Amino acid sequence: MDKRLERILPRVQKPARYTGGEYNQIIKDKAEVDLRMAFCFPDTYEIGMSNIGMRILYGVINQMPGVWCERVFAPWGDMREEMLQAGIPLYALESGDPVAEFDVLGFSIGYEMAYTTVLDMLHLSGIPLRSADRPDLVPLVFAGGTSCVNPEPMADFMDLMVIGEGEEVDCEVLELFRKARNEGWSKRQFLIAASRIEGVYVPSLYEHTYNPDGTLASVTPLEGAPERVRKRIIEDMDSVYFPLHPIVPSTEIVHDRVNVELFRGCIRGCRFCQAGYVYRPVRAKSPETVARQGIELLKNTGYQEATLMSLSSSDYRHLSETCDAMLEWCEPRSCSLSLPSLRADNFSMDIMQRIQKVRKGGLTFAPEAGSQRLRDAINKNVKEEDLLNSCRVAFEGGWNGVKLYFMLGLPTETDEDVLGISEIANQVLHTWREHSPNKNRGVRITVSTSMFIPKPHSPFQWEAQVPMEEYMRKVTLLRDSIKARNVTYNWHDAQTSLIEAVLSRGDRRVGAAIEEVWRTGGFLDAWSDYFDFDRWMKAFAVCGIDPAFYACRERSREEVLPWDVIDVGVRKDHLWHEREMAYQSQLSPDCRKQCTGCGAAGLLKGGVCDA
Amino acid sequence: MLKLRMRFEKTGRAVYISHLDLMHTLQRVFLRAGYRLKYSEGFNPHPVVSIAVPLSVGCASVCEIMDFSLLDEEVDFQKLREDLNRSMPEGITVTEIYVPERKASAIRWMKVTGIFEYDNKDAAALVPALTDFYARPEIPVNRRTKRGEGVIDIVPHVRDLSVSADAEGVRLTATVSVNEPSINPELLAAALRQNAPELAPDFAKFTRLEVYDETMEIFR
Repeated sequence: MDKRLERILPRVQKPARYTGGEYNQIIKDKAEVDLRMAFCFPDTYEIGMSNIGMRILYGVINQMPGVWCERVFAPWGDMREEMLQAGIPLYALESGDPVAEFDVLGFSIGYEMAYTTVLDMLHLSGIPLRSADRPDLVPLVFAGGTSCVNPEPMADFMDLMVIGEGEEVDCEVLELFRKARNEGWSKRQFLIAASRIEGVYVPSLYEHTYNPDGTLASVTPLEGAPERVRKRIIEDMDSVYFPLHPIVPSTEIVHDRVNVELFRGCIRGCRFCQAGYVYRPVRAKSPETVARQGIELLKNTGYQEATLMSLSSSDYRHLSETCDAMLEWCEPRSCSLSLPSLRADNFSMDIMQRIQKVRKGGLTFAPEAGSQRLRDAINKNVKEEDLLNSCRVAFEGGWNGVKLYFMLGLPTETDEDVLGISEIANQVLHTWREHSPNKNRGVRITVSTSMFIPKPHSPFQWEAQVPMEEYMRKVTLLRDSIKARNVTYNWHDAQTSLIEAVLSRGDRRVGAAIEEVWRTGGFLDAWSDYFDFDRWMKAFAVCGIDPAFYACRERSREEVLPWDVIDVGVRKDHLWHEREMAYQSQLSPDCRKQCTGCGAAGLLKGGVCDA
Repeated sequence: MLKLRMRFEKTGRAVYISHLDLMHTLQRVFLRAGYRLKYSEGFNPHPVVSIAVPLSVGCASVCEIMDFSLLDEEVDFQKLREDLNRSMPEGITVTEIYVPERKASAIRWMKVTGIFEYDNKDAAALVPALTDFYARPEIPVNRRTKRGEGVIDIVPHVRDLSVSADAEGVRLTATVSVNEPSINPELLAAALRQNAPELAPDFAKFTRLEVYDETMEIFR
């Protein structure tokens, strides 16, 4: 181990996250490797190691002969400071080698607030931030992950961006890169060739012009780059690679358990939800695959908890039989099963009761809006009676805490809708009084609100975010209306949500502000420990960017949107139609009930969606 | 059920795994190696394991001792050791597994070795001064324990201390008391910082070498 590191580690918080050496880490012989990739996750070890996408791609890339992919995470502030002082550059966990020595850096960017951390990691590696300042082919710096569905804010920093699921396309990019490097291509030559790979967006091959009012006028592809870059997906979830020998961290991480995917995509179509649209179409694993992988993973890791993951677990067709198959193995071995993202309906409660035999912690529901009218407008197909019924079953079953999540500032929201939230909380409390078998234990009802952030590729992508003052007015209105002692109200701060809104729908010019924030000390902005609103506002001012233009402005149907260049499979017409339905408080059926023809099935060769 | 004891090493990158994280890690090691640890009864069952003298983060050891109980009826110790080692993170190695004959609380002394690194001094030249320092009749050290801050004279609780020049700096080897009081080897460096700052190293790292009972018999 590096001598300088040896001195620093005893002084920093949780040093085990900076050492590597965990069980199942992949070590290769450098003599047999001709391409080294640093898989960079722009957040801490505990967050990054909990990310299933990262786990999958680490495994997939390391399956490539001659390629060694290692992990790099962002250091926490204390470690970052120590590294800078000691002159230790950012290094990869497996080998301990500096990131600058790698051929390729691949960033997994799942959320916008990680943008400054990406820049910070490049800086800590000693690599120029902007693609234009890296004239050579090596190192190649690219990104993937959900936030890339609007690639523009980070466009100037990345040589290329991968859109959609990375299992196949990442390998194609790396193979092409290896060829280019071996044959001595120029960076430009390589990028032009890479732009021919489906799912690859090369920002430098698109020219942007703007209208006098600041909106985007045109996007022109150069050198034969595609007009629109189509998202990549994996068609067959049963045959696709899934890591069965994952790294087991030697220190606690956020999701410290086995994670198995049930399916990708979502049948629901909540109109505020980006994930519900950009991960379409629905593709499920067979129950046999889920149970086999889950059991195998429990055996191979020694974890005693498995989570069955998806955007909406109760919508998995074979949930019951899958749980039964898993429980049959788990119960005699004291292993437990957890199911996040359950809907508030009878079926889900039945499953919950079956899997949660011992521990009865809190239960979380996300009605999202306080009135049926508004829930219909956002297409959140949950009825108050379903929610109350689920709560009744939960209370009868011994649960004594319920968390309720809502959004404030949704399109068409009125004060009546806001007050409806406190009404729901009262109803839940009433249900507890009526049905709890043991009232002495008390009850904890937690209401949380966050500020609605309009997201690209969702039906609300054209919407204005409410100004911060308006959000705070709604918060106060709701807070004052909650009287019951057993109901706690938490609200998410408006400042982060405003910044996130700017970054979500930002164009290429926003990149300068991200860089300015980083330059003035910003990193790990997803953490309230480090997020500094004033720093962002100053950076916007310095760069001549009006945050309200991006966050609080309603777009017209005709406006060229920065992310129009990305084709996630869902037609823009469909999104607009859904938006119009929202203004009429009209529900759309879920995909299983009736296909609404969103277009995502076109991504499948067979053209049949498994909703 | 089998009540067993294992001796293991924790070196290299594994020295940064905290005691609590180590407990979780070892629990998983047994599970993935296919052995069934005995768990406590109750609402939140946890494995009944106990590590004799918890190790500080950053300190290496080749003489850690952990007691555990297996539900398995019959176990080949050699095979158990190999199976566990195959399931370990880098830097943790089981060296021996046996049936304990006495309680781990009988451990009274521990042999440690440390490297003192000096950045701007000739380490070899410091050996006589260091030897003199540790020969003082009284060496008070301020230390923080669970019960608060306090001053302790470490001299009665440290035996067989020797100092020599080493390629990396100065090597110090000593036998320190375990339990009432427990002398963390770090105190040997802290003693210098507090009483003779001119001799204090820029960095000190320690390794536990062996554990003994009251009579200085190697503890098994």
